[in-house]
Amino acid sequence: MELRAYIIRRLLLLIPVLVGVTLFIFGITMLFSPTERASLYVSGIHDISELPDIIARFGLDRPFYMQYGTWIGQVLSGNLGWSVVVGMPVWDAIWSFLPATLELAMFAAPLIVFTGIFLGTRAAAHKDKPIDHATRVLAISGWSLPSFWLGLILMMIFYGLIRGLLPPGRLSVANEFIVTSAQFIRYTKINTIDAILNLNGPILLDALRHLILPVITISTINIAFIMRLMRSSMLESLGRGYILTARAKGLSERVVINKHARRNALIPVITVSGYVFAGLASGAVITESIFAYKGIGWWAYQAAARLDIASILGFALFTGFLFVLANLIVDVIYTRVDPRVRLGGTVQ
Amino acid sequence: MRDWRFTARQLLKNPLSLIGVILIAIFLVIAIFAPLIAPTLEGHRDPYMIPRDGYYAEPRPPNELHPFGTTQGQYDIFYGVIWGARTAFRVAFIVIGITILIGLVLGSLAGYFGGVIDEVIMRITDVFMAFPWLILAMALVAVLGPSMKSVIIALCAVWWPSYARLIRGDILQVREEDYVEAARGLGASSGRVIIRHVLPNAIYPALIMASLDIGAVVLSAAALSFLGLGAPEGYADWGQLTQFAQNYIIGPMNDPLKYWYAVTIPGAFIFFFVLGWNLLGDAFRDIFDPRLARR
Repeated sequence: MELRAYIIRRLLLLIPVLVGVTLFIFGITMLFSPTERASLYVSGIHDISELPDIIARFGLDRPFYMQYGTWIGQVLSGNLGWSVVVGMPVWDAIWSFLPATLELAMFAAPLIVFTGIFLGTRAAAHKDKPIDHATRVLAISGWSLPSFWLGLILMMIFYGLIRGLLPPGRLSVANEFIVTSAQFIRYTKINTIDAILNLNGPILLDALRHLILPVITISTINIAFIMRLMRSSMLESLGRGYILTARAKGLSERVVINKHARRNALIPVITVSGYVFAGLASGAVITESIFAYKGIGWWAYQAAARLDIASILGFALFTGFLFVLANLIVDVIYTRVDPRVRLGGTVQ
Repeated sequence: MRDWRFTARQLLKNPLSLIGVILIAIFLVIAIFAPLIAPTLEGHRDPYMIPRDGYYAEPRPPNELHPFGTTQGQYDIFYGVIWGARTAFRVAFIVIGITILIGLVLGSLAGYFGGVIDEVIMRITDVFMAFPWLILAMALVAVLGPSMKSVIIALCAVWWPSYARLIRGDILQVREEDYVEAARGLGASSGRVIIRHVLPNAIYPALIMASLDIGAVVLSAAALSFLGLGAPEGYADWGQLTQFAQNYIIGPMNDPLKYWYAVTIPGAFIFFFVLGWNLLGDAFRDIFDPRLARR
């Protein structure tokens, strides 16, 4: 199938998924009375008299399907609503918090994928040897660590015990000030990239210093996951006939492992990496709230805790979209790794 | 049918799964004998509510009265982690039990009947799996109000799709077997065929997955409680105890590890509990993996 047609078809499939997700969340919030939902938009006890007015103005007492229809209509005209928790439109909130989370993912994703694949390959190549047992213990431990606890312990050591070494937040106060000033041009709002583009070494170092702990916290569980998957996939691949052929041809063990076995073993790992992305979005919520790292996960947590419906729905739409996009990219990568796979599911 | 004695021998032979079995046994003992290990005070109504020693905010280090110290708000850490073991087992077993049940019902409907029913159920699971589970669970708990019941409902809501899918797949396989055809030929009703012939042969993978999932359920419940969207304040729950310590990670200048006990102890209980189940689950996977022939 032609690539463009395939992508369009996949994007069309996105619509029912997004409608389903938002319908579900909308349904949950409808369990609240109109008064409860309206009270999010008043600031204090003296504004209580405005509640009936707010309910009438936004139609909060109308039937479920009408309210959902209104919301969909607004979304289609580009209005995602007002995010009360941060006091700005939802659309602006997404774009102002996204760069921070992208920066986190930019460092975490390669770390997860490469460490996981590397350790998984080594473990399988040396099955039942010390390195296999060591990585197994490492993986199961990493898989069992509560990420919020790991984050707190890391902070206790690297911010408390070694006073101020790796602080929480995104930048130190002084640098935050420089970054928002006129001399510093914000190309991407991703601190490390902007620092490089502005040729500002101290800010680059400061941003990296703030990134280390959150990246470790969000990566550990995913590295463990990829590592175990890679190991079992690799073991299966090593048992195949073509490996025997390759060895019989007298190829060196390195070539057999890296060229013949690993390439085939990568396929299931690539398949799940789309789901790892969804895991990163959940992980970002915990990691960002521990380290006061103001990204999209931090915002989503604030919204969920205070039941800011417009923000939760906006976040749902956005992550659902990203998730499908990530899986689409995964499918395209597929065809590069495995030439037998053709888009649209037909195998030659 | 699996040979259970063989399975047990395999589990005890492997040092890692043996550690897992021991860890789980220790936690079982703690949970069962919680009233003896950490007795409830006279006149204390709900044993799951942690007793407080005053209302002072700053945690106090371990002493004779409080072997593990007290955390923020003077909640007794020792009492909390001991009774927290009960909470962990309860949440895990209830959530896994309910999700398997939902998975069985929806998975068998989808797998056995196929067609429109299958399509609808599978598209619903798509919706659930396309979304970060934590946000969904958080929104649910926020609406239902923080309580253990809300946590259980929220976790069931985000967990069932994977079981429904797994069981559907197994049923698709079993459905084609000769003995199912034979039962149908003898005039058995759909319900009888599913319950008596298909399910008993399709359920094993789900049970194995359940053993792998117990640790993950406890981790997720702890994460919700840690974010303040789980156990009500003062409830014996490891995640909440970790949250209480959040403001006391770093001590004063001259004593940076002053409050180490407040965060380390509850987190270690979560870690070892989940580790025990994951060690066991990992061994299970090796034993039950059909590709690894039994020797």
